[in-house]
Amino acid sequence: MSNNSSNKSVLVVGAGIAGIQAALDSAELGADVHLIERTPSIGGRMPQLDKTFPTNDCSICILAPKMTECARHPGITLHIYSSLLSVTGEPGDFQCTIKEHARYVDPEKCVSCGLCEEKCPVKIVDEFDMELRQRKVIHRYFLQSIPSSYVIDSTRCLYFTKGVCRLCEKACAADAIDFDDKDKIITLNCGAVILASGIDPHNPIGYGQYGYKRFKNVVTSLEFERMLSASGPQRGHIVRPSDTEEPKRIAFIQCVGSRDIEKKNDYCSSVCCMYAIKQAIIAKEHIKKTEPTIFFIDIRAFGKDFDKYYERAKSQFGVQFTRARVAEIKQDNGDDLRLSFTSEYGKRESEVFDLVVLSVGLEPRKAMKEIQDIIDIKFDEYGFCRTEPFEPLNTTRPGIFVCGAASGPKDIPESVMSASGAVADCAEFLALKRQEKVSKKVFPEEKDTIGDRPRIGAFICHCGTNIAGVVDVNNVVEFAKTLPNVEHAQDIMYACSQDSLDIIKENIKEHNLNRILVAACTPRTHEPLFRETLREAGLNQYLFEMANIRDQCSWAHMNEPELATEKAKDLVEMGVAKARNLFPLKGLPVEINPKALVIGGGLAGMIASLAIADVGYEVYLLEKKKELGGNLRNIYNTLGDKDPQEFLRDTIKKLKDNKLITIFKNVDLLNIDGYIGNYKTAFTEENGKSKKEIEHGIVIVATGAEESKPDEYLYGKHKRVTTQIEFEKKIADLPRYKTIVMIQCVGSREGERLYCSRVCCGQAIKNALLIKKSHPNTEIYILYRDIRTYGLMEKYYSQARDNGIIFMRYDLEHKPQVEPLGKDNINGSLKIATFDLLLNKKVTIEAELLVLSTAIDAPQANKELAKMLKVPLNKEAFFLEAHMKLRPVDFATDGVFMCGLAHCPKNIDESIIQAKAAAARALTILTKKIIEAEGTISWVSPERCTACGVCVKVCAYSAVELKEKTIAPKITRMVAEINEALCKGCGVCAASCRSGAINLRGFTDDQIYEALSAVRI
Amino acid sequence: MKEWQPKILAFLCNWCSYAGADLAGVSRIQYPPNIRVIRVPCSGRIDPIFVLKCLENGFDGVLVSGCHPGDCHYISGNYVARRKFAVLKAILEFIGIEPGRVQFSWVSAGEGEKFAQVISKVTEDIKELGPAKRLVKSF
Repeated sequence: MSNNSSNKSVLVVGAGIAGIQAALDSAELGADVHLIERTPSIGGRMPQLDKTFPTNDCSICILAPKMTECARHPGITLHIYSSLLSVTGEPGDFQCTIKEHARYVDPEKCVSCGLCEEKCPVKIVDEFDMELRQRKVIHRYFLQSIPSSYVIDSTRCLYFTKGVCRLCEKACAADAIDFDDKDKIITLNCGAVILASGIDPHNPIGYGQYGYKRFKNVVTSLEFERMLSASGPQRGHIVRPSDTEEPKRIAFIQCVGSRDIEKKNDYCSSVCCMYAIKQAIIAKEHIKKTEPTIFFIDIRAFGKDFDKYYERAKSQFGVQFTRARVAEIKQDNGDDLRLSFTSEYGKRESEVFDLVVLSVGLEPRKAMKEIQDIIDIKFDEYGFCRTEPFEPLNTTRPGIFVCGAASGPKDIPESVMSASGAVADCAEFLALKRQEKVSKKVFPEEKDTIGDRPRIGAFICHCGTNIAGVVDVNNVVEFAKTLPNVEHAQDIMYACSQDSLDIIKENIKEHNLNRILVAACTPRTHEPLFRETLREAGLNQYLFEMANIRDQCSWAHMNEPELATEKAKDLVEMGVAKARNLFPLKGLPVEINPKALVIGGGLAGMIASLAIADVGYEVYLLEKKKELGGNLRNIYNTLGDKDPQEFLRDTIKKLKDNKLITIFKNVDLLNIDGYIGNYKTAFTEENGKSKKEIEHGIVIVATGAEESKPDEYLYGKHKRVTTQIEFEKKIADLPRYKTIVMIQCVGSREGERLYCSRVCCGQAIKNALLIKKSHPNTEIYILYRDIRTYGLMEKYYSQARDNGIIFMRYDLEHKPQVEPLGKDNINGSLKIATFDLLLNKKVTIEAELLVLSTAIDAPQANKELAKMLKVPLNKEAFFLEAHMKLRPVDFATDGVFMCGLAHCPKNIDESIIQAKAAAARALTILTKKIIEAEGTISWVSPERCTACGVCVKVCAYSAVELKEKTIAPKITRMVAEINEALCKGCGVCAASCRSGAINLRGFTDDQIYEALSAVRI
Repeated sequence: MKEWQPKILAFLCNWCSYAGADLAGVSRIQYPPNIRVIRVPCSGRIDPIFVLKCLENGFDGVLVSGCHPGDCHYISGNYVARRKFAVLKAILEFIGIEPGRVQFSWVSAGEGEKFAQVISKVTEDIKELGPAKRLVKSF
C-alpha cells in the first residue's frame, strides 16, 4: 500500500543498531529522517558490549564508524535525549510529538574536554556501566558517545536541587553550560514511523533463589559484559566484586527470565546461549586458569556458524556445559557460592563457584508499553510489538513499521536485517522517488590549484586548556611559521567552533592558501567537519591534513609539558610535510543502471523482486526450475494458523501482475560481467532454447538451499522412513497411526555439516501438533539433541509437551538405532532403539512411521555462481556476507546482495525480512542516478606494472583485474587495472606491489616518506 | 643531564589502533611521549620499506599496529600485513637490526589501556637498546 502524500520524512524511534541502520538506509533512499533517542547518545546496547559472537569482533570498533556516519548524514536529524509522546494523524501524514529533554550543556559549544566533570562534586551510579561505577552528575554517556557533548542530570544536580554549586559553569572555558535550558516539546510531521525501541534486560531480582543483590558475587550478564570490556569500569580485568580476586570458577546460569511460564516469559530470548558462550570464552582468554561452566536447558546455537563456536568453546577453551536448571544458590565459605541442581541423570548435585553470571533474557521495553495506547499499536501477550508471520515488519497500524528486538528477541545481524527490511516497506509506503543530486548541500565551485606552489595554512588549536594547558601552543605556532611553504600560522581557541571555521575560511581567501593543516584533536571525529569547511571555501576537500595534538599528545602526556610540546612540534612538522605533498582528489562518478537482477525465484527472491518493483524499479527475476516458489511449494502449514500455500499463490500473482518484473524460468546462467551500477548477464532460458543478455545495476543472490537426503536410519530402504518435507505433503490424509517417531538433527551438527539447520525443531513440532489435532491418540516421540525453538516459537514447544508429545534426548555417542519390526523389511513397522539418558538405559519404541528432520544443504551450483560474481562462500558453500554482524545482506563487493537460504538456513518470516533488507540495500543504489566513488583509492602506473597478479590476489573487494591495455604506442600487454567503483582504499595492493606500480591516493608512498623524514632526530 | 629520549615512529591503522590511541587519550591514560604517529587506513597499507626508511632516517624504533586478526575493517588487510611482517622480521634480524627495535601489535578501538601499555613497553625496550645507528647514513 502506498500513499500519495508529499511527506517524505520518516521518524525512527530508538537509535540502537536497528534504529541507526533504519535511519541510514532511509536517508540513503532520499527520505528526511528524524532519529530520536532516549539516552544522551546514539548507539543503544552495542556500546555496552565488549565483543560480539561468533567472531569476537570488538563491539564499539564495528559500531563507531556507523555511529559517525549516522551523525554526519545530511539526511538525518538527531533528537538525542528525547522521548516519543504521541503519534496522531493519518498514515502518510503523522504528527509525532516528542519531548527533547534539557541537557543544560550547549552541544554546539561543548568540546568534551571534561573540565566540568572534574569539578562536579556529586557522584551517582552510572547506568551505562550497569551501576558498577560512579559518575558525576555532569557526564558523557560513554567515552565514545555521539554526540560527544556533556549532559547534566538535573534530578541530582546540586544547583537544581538545592540552588547552590554551579562549579561546572565556572570550570567550562567554552561557555557551554546553560542552566536556563528547558525541555522542549516539538511536533514533527512524518509520513511514516519506524519503531526500533529495542529491549530491556530482565531484572533477576524476582529469582530470589539466585540471590541477586543479596550475594555480592552474583552478577547479571550485562554487568559481566561491562566487567569484560576494556573500556569498562574494571578496564577488562575480571575480578569478583566481594574481594577483587580473580575468579577461578565462573558459573553461567541460562534462561534467567526466559522460557519461564511462572514469570510469564514463556519465550526464548534467542541470544543468551551465544552470549554466555562468548563471555565464557573471553573470560578464559583473560584469565587462563579460570574454569567457566554453563548451566543450560538446551544450547540454542541456531544461527550461522554458531555451532562451530559452541564446539570450539568446548574443545579449544575447555568451557564446561552442564545440562541442568540450577535450583538454588547459597553462600558458602564466605563469599563463595554453592549451586544446587539436579543433573540430567536425575542426581542431586552441588558445586562451588567464585562468581555466578545470570544470563538474563530480553524483555519488551516497559516505556513502550506505556505509550502503546497513545501510538495505537497492538502488542502480543508478552508486550512485544505484534506482527504477522508474512508481514513481519508491519505493526497493526498502517504507516508504522517495526524493526529490531521491539517485535521479539533478535541478535545484532537479525536486528540490522529487520531495520533495512522495514526501510523497504517504508520506501514503498512513502513512494520515494529517484534522486537527482548526489548531495543535498551546495558548495561553491572548486578552485583549480594544480601546478600552484603549496601555500599552507597551519592552525594550532588550544582546545581551551585541553591542549594549551600542557602544550606550549605559541611555541608550536612560531615553529610552524618557520616551516617551508607555510604562508600563514596562527593559534585558535576552539578550531571546531563556527567562528573559528569562519576564521579558517577568511584566511584561505586572504592568504590564497591551498593546503590546510589543523593541529587539534583527532581526524576520526573532526576531519569531515574541516573538509567541509574547505569545500565551503572553494578548496578541494582532500587538501586537508590534521595533526592530533590533543587525544594523542596533551591528554596522554599531561605531566611532561616540555616533551609534549616537542612531540606536538614534530606532529605539526609531519603534518605540514604531508600537506605539502597533497593533491586534489575527485571521486569518480559512476552511473547507475536502475534495473535489478534477482537470481532465484523462491520465497526470498520473489519478495525481494516485489519490494524493488513496488518502489518503481525494473526487476529481472531468474528461476532455474520451471515454477516459481522454491521450497515454499512444499510447505503446507505454519506454527500458528496461516496458510503458506495461499500466501504463495498471492505472491506469484502479484509478481505476474507487476509490469516492472520480468520473469525467466528454466534458466541456466552463462556469465555475469561488470561492477556496481553496470552489470551484463548472459543466460539461456526454457532449457537452453534461447539465449538472452540483460543489463542491470545490482544483483541479488537468492539461490536458496535444499533438504538433504540422508543415508542413515533406513531412509530410502524402508517405505516407512520419510523426511519432514515428504511427510508434510501427506499429513492431511495420514491414516491413524498408533505411534510416530521423529528424529532431529539428521545430518546436521555433525561431520561435514557442523551447523544447525535451524528450521527443523519448529517444523517437527508443527507437524507433531497437526497430527495430534486430527489424531489425538497417536503417540508421538521426538528424539532430539537440543530443542531449538528460539524466540517466540518457544510457546509451541510448551504446547507440544502439554499435548502429550514425548521429547527424548539423545547424544552423538548414543544415536538411535532403527530396524524393521517383524518379517516385512520394507513395508512393515519399525523398531527404534534409543538410549534414555534420564533412566540410563536403552528404550525401544515400535512405530509405524519414522520421520527424519534432515539437514539443509547449500546447492552445489553456488560454487559456480560465487566465481561469476567474485564473492566468497563459507565452508559449507553458503554465501558469505561482508560482515557477520553489521552487513548481513551485503557482500564486500558493492552492488551484490544476498537473502534467504543462500545465506544460511532460516524460517519463512526471516527469509521475508532478509529479502526486504536486500531490496532496501539494493534500492540505496538504484535510487541514485550517479554514485560517487571515494577519492582515496588506489591507482596503477601501467608502465611499471609487470602483471604479476599479486594485487588481484590480495584485494578483498575484487577491485583489481589484469587487463590487456595499450600502455604506449605499439605496446599492448597485460596490466593491473583498479575498478574505482569497487576500491575501498585500504592500500593493501599498494603495499604488496613488488614493482612499485600501485599507489594509494591520500596515503601515497611519497606523502608517507615525506612525513616520516620530516621529524627532527 | 637529561635522560636520552628515543624517537619512535608508530604506524597505526585508522579503525582500530589509531582509535585505541585516541581512547587512551580520552581516558587520560598516560604513556611516554616518544612516539610519532602516522595514520594509515589499514595495517595492510604499510609497505615494509616504510619501516626501513624510518630506521634509515634515524628513528630509534618502529611500531606497527593494526586491528586484531579477524577485526579488520577491510576484511583481510591485517592478515596480509601479518604475512609481510613475519618475513620482514626475519630480514631485519638477518641484516643485524636488534629484535625489539621494530615491533608489531594488535590494538582494538576499545583497548586504550592496552595501547598505553604497548607504547610503554616499546619505549622501554628501545631505551634499553640505545640509539639506532645501523641503517643511518653518516657523512
